[in-house]
Amino acid sequence: MSMNNIFGIAGTAMNAQILRMNTSASNMANSGAVAGSEEEAYKAKRPVFEALLAEQQTNSKFPTLGGVKVTEIAVDNTPNSSMYDPGHPSADENGMVFLSNVNEVVEMVDMLAAARSYQNNVEVVNTAKQLMMKTLDITKA
Amino acid sequence: MKILDSAFAFSERTLSVRGQRMEVLSRNIANADTPNFKAQDVDFKSVLSGAQSARTMKATHAGHIHQSTAATDANLVYTIPLNSSVDGNTVELSVEQAKYGRAAAEYQATLQFIQGDMSGIRKALKGE
Repeated sequence: MSMNNIFGIAGTAMNAQILRMNTSASNMANSGAVAGSEEEAYKAKRPVFEALLAEQQTNSKFPTLGGVKVTEIAVDNTPNSSMYDPGHPSADENGMVFLSNVNEVVEMVDMLAAARSYQNNVEVVNTAKQLMMKTLDITKA
Repeated sequence: MKILDSAFAFSERTLSVRGQRMEVLSRNIANADTPNFKAQDVDFKSVLSGAQSARTMKATHAGHIHQSTAATDANLVYTIPLNSSVDGNTVELSVEQAKYGRAAAEYQATLQFIQGDMSGIRKALKGE
């Protein structure tokens, strides 16, 4: 029954979009973090999506073939900017502190896009649910 | 109940093809943000010709089950996008949403036809 698969597929997509929103929230929360070296400074995280196309990638009890999966959380390697602040407790020997490489505008846009995609999948589930209910009501005709 | 089988077999198969198309479209919407994902759709023409061709097995005995005209992977085609995107994804969300809405309406239409068939048979059975 293929209509049943829609719930699983949209579920994986909602899961992936929530994870995307979570990484955005984490990036935003850490945007003000400073560190004493560029390696220690916070770098923005990005989820990498992949389509679930092979049978063995999915759980056989819950059909999600054709859904989405987050394969890894990639690190944004944009160079961190530094700031001269000798009074800062974590400043290095030159009096420099390294800021996070999070761009708040990019994160806001990404979060909005994730929310919209999530809503799309909610609509998909709603439509499929209504049609399933109508299918059950056939016998009442 | 041969009469009931023949009355509903056609609509039942239609419903399963319509349901499968909705699944394919829901995959596209789910993968709207997946890089390199290629949008697919059910090619109705090939489903129809598959159902019409003599390759399908004939039910010659009461115990035979009709081969379903389910849309298999062979009936799936890749959608050609109106605009290309940088990440190689060919899903166009608004197009897919429109298709999904239409597919839902078509599914509902098939349900209406089944309901019509059922009320007709019910009337015949009552003999009023």
